[in-house]
Amino acid sequence: MKRPFCFLALMVAVILGGCGKPDFSDAEKKTIASLALNTLPLLKPDTTNRFADVPAAAALGSTLFFDLGMSRDGTVSCSTCHKIDRQFQDDLPQAVGVGRTNRRTMPLAGVARDPWFFWDGRRDSLWAQALTPLENPLEQAGNRATYAHYIKARFGERYERIFGPLPDFSGVPLNASPLGNEAEKAAWNTMNDAQRDAINRVFANIGKAIAAFERSIEPSQSRFDRFALDLATGAEPKGDAVFTPEEIRGLKLFIGKANCVTCHNGPRFTDSSFHNTGVPPVADLPPDRGRIDAVAQVQADPFNCFGAYRDGDVVACGELRFMVKDAPQLIRAYKTPSLRGAATRPPYMHAGQFSSLDEVVAHYAKAAPSVEGVSEIHPLQLSDRERAALVAFLKTLAE
Amino acid sequence: MVGKTGFFSHSVFPQAGGTRSTRQSVIRRRGTGLASIWRYLLAGLGLAALLVGVLAVVYLTAPQSAQLAGPDVSRTKKTDNGLYMASFVPERGVVRQGELESWLLTLKTKTGASVERAAIAISGGMPQHNHGLPTSPQVTDYLGEGRYRIEGLKFTMSGWWQLRFAISSGAGSDTVLFNVVL
Repeated sequence: MKRPFCFLALMVAVILGGCGKPDFSDAEKKTIASLALNTLPLLKPDTTNRFADVPAAAALGSTLFFDLGMSRDGTVSCSTCHKIDRQFQDDLPQAVGVGRTNRRTMPLAGVARDPWFFWDGRRDSLWAQALTPLENPLEQAGNRATYAHYIKARFGERYERIFGPLPDFSGVPLNASPLGNEAEKAAWNTMNDAQRDAINRVFANIGKAIAAFERSIEPSQSRFDRFALDLATGAEPKGDAVFTPEEIRGLKLFIGKANCVTCHNGPRFTDSSFHNTGVPPVADLPPDRGRIDAVAQVQADPFNCFGAYRDGDVVACGELRFMVKDAPQLIRAYKTPSLRGAATRPPYMHAGQFSSLDEVVAHYAKAAPSVEGVSEIHPLQLSDRERAALVAFLKTLAE
Repeated sequence: MVGKTGFFSHSVFPQAGGTRSTRQSVIRRRGTGLASIWRYLLAGLGLAALLVGVLAVVYLTAPQSAQLAGPDVSRTKKTDNGLYMASFVPERGVVRQGELESWLLTLKTKTGASVERAAIAISGGMPQHNHGLPTSPQVTDYLGEGRYRIEGLKFTMSGWWQLRFAISSGAGSDTVLFNVVL
């Protein structure tokens, strides 16, 4: 009589073991651990910006970030689109500065860890990135000569305490830039090399101050991180660290069958690289070819890593040096965005093409071909239940 | 007295008539009847549980064994036409995903001589994702003894990567492909 009971008990244990506690394979556990925020390494120094970790520079950068005076008409600052209470983004399909742009505002958490900036990577450092909207006619729409004069008049003392003496701007036009309108370009051409260099240097330092501030914007812990930490340490999850069966199914799909983790990897849920995933264009926007058109832009940028305004050694310029310059894979390729906090900041994609995570998941399951170039993703059979589970999991990254 | 048979005669069926052997056979028959129902039930449950268990094991281990049966990831191999022996290893010993890395490609001839002044072109990508390498790695230094430093490699994702080398030197031109699985 005893043996059948043992057998029964064993089988019951097997059955219960299969459908009780979250059951992850060792490989799954390893992947989950690699996504947790506690594996985020310390922020590396940015040797191309010797003010990157200077507190006074970050403080000035913070002032400039929120300063409406940093625009042509005094109505737009960095924070107009990068809203501090909205994960430093604006909830719009395309950002609106002085005019309407053709791209979605990117959130800033962990931005200092990116090797490339903007959706297409047309800038190669955080400080070079910060300069670009300042002169974009659709964003802050100013020009570098005006910014230099403004800094001297408004923040001269603070600037000089950080960056040293401001140059003599006598004879420098009030409005001049190689990227401005015809009058501003003409004014730039009347300036001598020393004047242009002086203006460029002050302009670069504006970017370096803003970058120093932005380095402090880091991702925060989510429910997923508490769950992952408990899983890794074998602790019993408590409170909101307990995942529902649906969230667990979503997590398993994310790192398994749905292949999301291939690109959305590491503690920031991004490989920081560029991919064509067949995201459709927006009808009334100008043609947008993504990374392929950004290569020439970053190479031509005088503030890139090879340029005269980089601090430190050229050895820091590996990304630019070994950049892929011409390959079909760059056509309509866009940067993999971080998924941290994504659930609470629709719309999605580089021009806000999708209004919900359901639409995003449906897009990746369908894997429609790209309008130009070749999409890297393959169609995927996902049931309605599986799609809902994926979305449920993504929400744990925003709670 | 409780002897060998005393237990039955005194405790279980003290009033039962008939011989000792009859009583024992009644007990055995009743016991057998109960046990067979249990056995069928248990066998059914057991088989069902076993089936679930086997299915679970197959389901849980299948993807892993599929991953294990991946491409050839040896770090040393003969080039496609057998002109060289090539070995390809990360300079710092470990592969770190998402970071620019330098690797060393060591080239020897069939006779084991170091290959010097080779021209090396590098290409590659991820065959399962329709894309090439995310960076353009290049040979940046010759370190002697057939060792070439290759900088600018970056493995941005987990999965199956391929690196192809087109090698040209006095010994002739040949190609070799290395698989890296992360």
